[in-house]
Amino acid sequence: MSTAEVTPASTGNKKTLKVKRFKPSESPKNTYLTDEKGLWAWMTTVDHKKIGIMYLGSVTFFFLLGGILALLLRTELLTPAKTFIEADTYNQFFTLHGAIMVFFVLIPSIPAALGNFVLPMQLGAKDVAFPRLNLASFYIYVIGAIFTFIALANNGLDTGWTFYTPYSTESSSSVIWVTLGVFILGFSSILTGTNFIATIHKLRAPGITWGKLPLNLWALYATSIIQVLATPVLAITVLLLTMERALGIGIFDPALGGDPVLFQHFFWFYSHPAVYIMIVPAFGIISEVITTFSKKHIFGYWAIALSSLAIAFIGFLVWGHHMFTSGQSAVATTVFSFLTFLVGIPTGIKILNWVATLYKGSIEMKTPMIYVFIFLFIFSIGGFTGIMLGALAADIHLHDTYYVVAHFHYVMMGGTLISFLAGLHYWWPKITGKMYNEFQAKVGAALIFIGFNVTFLPQFIMGSQGMPRRYYNYIDQFTVFHQTSTIGSYILGVGFLLIAFYLAKSLMSGEKAGSNPWGSRGLEWQSTSPPDFHNFDHTPVVINGPYDYHKPMEEFQLGLANDHDAH
Amino acid sequence: MGSLFDFMLPELKSPMTGASTDALMAFIHIASFIILGGVTIAMIYFAIKYKRRSDDDETPLITHNNKLEVTWSVIPLLLVFVVFGWGYKGWLNLKTVPDNAYEIQVSAYKWGWTFKYDTGAQVGNELHVPAGKPIKMVMQSEDVLHSFFVPDYRIKQDVLPNRYTYVWFQAEEPGESQVFCTEYCGTSHSDMLAKVIVHTKEDFDAWLAEQGSGSGGTPVERGENLISIQGCVTCHSVDGSDKIGPSFQGLWGSERNFESASSVTADENYIRESILDPSAKIVEGFQNQMVSYEGRLSDDDISDIIEYIKTLED
Repeated sequence: MSTAEVTPASTGNKKTLKVKRFKPSESPKNTYLTDEKGLWAWMTTVDHKKIGIMYLGSVTFFFLLGGILALLLRTELLTPAKTFIEADTYNQFFTLHGAIMVFFVLIPSIPAALGNFVLPMQLGAKDVAFPRLNLASFYIYVIGAIFTFIALANNGLDTGWTFYTPYSTESSSSVIWVTLGVFILGFSSILTGTNFIATIHKLRAPGITWGKLPLNLWALYATSIIQVLATPVLAITVLLLTMERALGIGIFDPALGGDPVLFQHFFWFYSHPAVYIMIVPAFGIISEVITTFSKKHIFGYWAIALSSLAIAFIGFLVWGHHMFTSGQSAVATTVFSFLTFLVGIPTGIKILNWVATLYKGSIEMKTPMIYVFIFLFIFSIGGFTGIMLGALAADIHLHDTYYVVAHFHYVMMGGTLISFLAGLHYWWPKITGKMYNEFQAKVGAALIFIGFNVTFLPQFIMGSQGMPRRYYNYIDQFTVFHQTSTIGSYILGVGFLLIAFYLAKSLMSGEKAGSNPWGSRGLEWQSTSPPDFHNFDHTPVVINGPYDYHKPMEEFQLGLANDHDAH
Repeated sequence: MGSLFDFMLPELKSPMTGASTDALMAFIHIASFIILGGVTIAMIYFAIKYKRRSDDDETPLITHNNKLEVTWSVIPLLLVFVVFGWGYKGWLNLKTVPDNAYEIQVSAYKWGWTFKYDTGAQVGNELHVPAGKPIKMVMQSEDVLHSFFVPDYRIKQDVLPNRYTYVWFQAEEPGESQVFCTEYCGTSHSDMLAKVIVHTKEDFDAWLAEQGSGSGGTPVERGENLISIQGCVTCHSVDGSDKIGPSFQGLWGSERNFESASSVTADENYIRESILDPSAKIVEGFQNQMVSYEGRLSDDDISDIIEYIKTLED
């Protein structure tokens, strides 16, 4: 063992530590999975890893629900008139599909599930800053979900996930239960964001300066800022909507002197930044995976880190681009269009940085990397069609058509969900200690890629041709596009089933993963798999950055600080 | 330009509103395909060329390249500004109604459309218009939000309760086009369809004459009658003289200056507001004395009064 000198930046201490180089043990002894067992221990745990797993389970459950609804919707659309369900049922299904996927899947998927698991590990911390608050966030999420289920059992919801007034104030469905559910859910989001911000500021291991912070954490940091600042506006909006319905206060209802366009402003002031709550964490995963599987330093570290923050801030100024046809003022429309283009630039910069990272790398096409390639292709299409929709004259024609449906599926599903799959496959060995079957995983990725494009590419064309969204019936000329799209959705469904199958199988009969199966330089890979109950045997001292692949693996080791030195 | 992507768009039947949109879409498509192609090819090329050969491949330390990064930030920035400007220009065109436009009143409801003509004729779900003439649709909703969308004309505008919005087009050839409602409005949203039927000028005149004048006269006649029945004329003259309130003559389209030092051009929404919420904007030199006609005048009544006021030019 040799020694190295490290300045413990996070402690604000100028003193240089002399640390021994340290190699983590390969065989886990007391992992987080074996430390405490039983249902009660799980339900009351404050361990960020277990809470992450509980979120993962919940998000998977909701994804299954939202996915089944999607398949039912696509099946109904096989024929122009009624195929097998009534119009009202269809309207409820698309509303629930949207609300579940946005609020219960996409928003919590990466930060709350994967983020909870890896964030403290990437910081070399034992846990998040407020472990009990973390558990509380999870239960608030569950309570929000229960309210939504009450609505389901009680008249359903048929307003569309956007709850536009005045339809939502006069609809006979259970609007109040869902808005209260969303209101409660928002607190979960705010608390998780607050917790992450505090953790990143205060709990970085010695040696992790802001310039050595993994890009995944820069992304989660930017996301947390949006969550904390934007979610309260959603809370106010749905509360006003609830009061409008229950008490008739006349804020949004024109019959009472209110303004329905005001609701749209309120709603999108949250819901546009929410798109970035979904997509910015995805950028973090892509940065991690692409360096690990090209074994090369990330290209443009600061450009990627700061563009996440730039997106977070500009993202607050573009909500009005959802309202070009709404009747908002001409000045607002022009300004919102202009600002929308500004937010596209940092995103484009990231894509090019990732591609440049591949240059002269040592590229290994393992499953997580395949998802990154799928992401780069699909998300770029999402971005370009976003440019189309930001351009005023084009948006007027395309607004509220299937072109928009295709666009946001390319961004949200192609961006968030594909990178979630990348992250899930990437960290799966760390989380479970087991390897999945690589061949089956590649077949799964191929099915997802094919199914995705067969589902959504035709929607761009039929949208351009004028097919409006949220239509139960449609005119005959769109039949072939709808049928192709439906077939694509079935392929996607099979892909997801295959993924569920081989991941479940790996838990039972998967090969042991070892602490660092991908040869990553990330700090989370310097612990055992599955991780020790306290993440690391000793407080690590970080000598090398997370992307220092130019240094040979043998030299790439952690420092081992004596605990009283490090704190 | 853009024939490559024509298959994605329906045939353009109102070039005055749609030509700019089509050209813009073609430009974005082509630029996007070039960049997407470049990115995809680079990705695949790198993946093959720099495929991992052994477990201890060494990679160079390349952290960033300022020249490269500035280049690929500035070029897209310039490109999107072009797109913004283009989109803005096309949109101004969509918002600027030609002076000689023929006006049709539109009322949207769950789940259908009513089109009202200046003769008093009313037609449901069939919009008859003459070819080669700009048509202005002045629209309002009787209940929730709807949206008037004609893909063939590349136009779309939300239709709101208690507020007027407008949209215009000019169909060049006789024929038919599909109208969709694109703002979700409940159970039969997808059945809220209408057709635009474009006639030659002569056919249209004949069709309109055939429709008669509906009941109770033309909107202008009903409006004139209403301002008398409702007592508006007690305070507002129709000959330009000032009474307790400003005259209706010359009101339409004029610049109104208010006590609050702001001003606005008198349009449908201004007149509607003045009827329902008279204290909102007090014309310079007058007192805040009028009471609201909320509940006394229906949306149709107000539309008719506006139609009448439009005829009272200087």
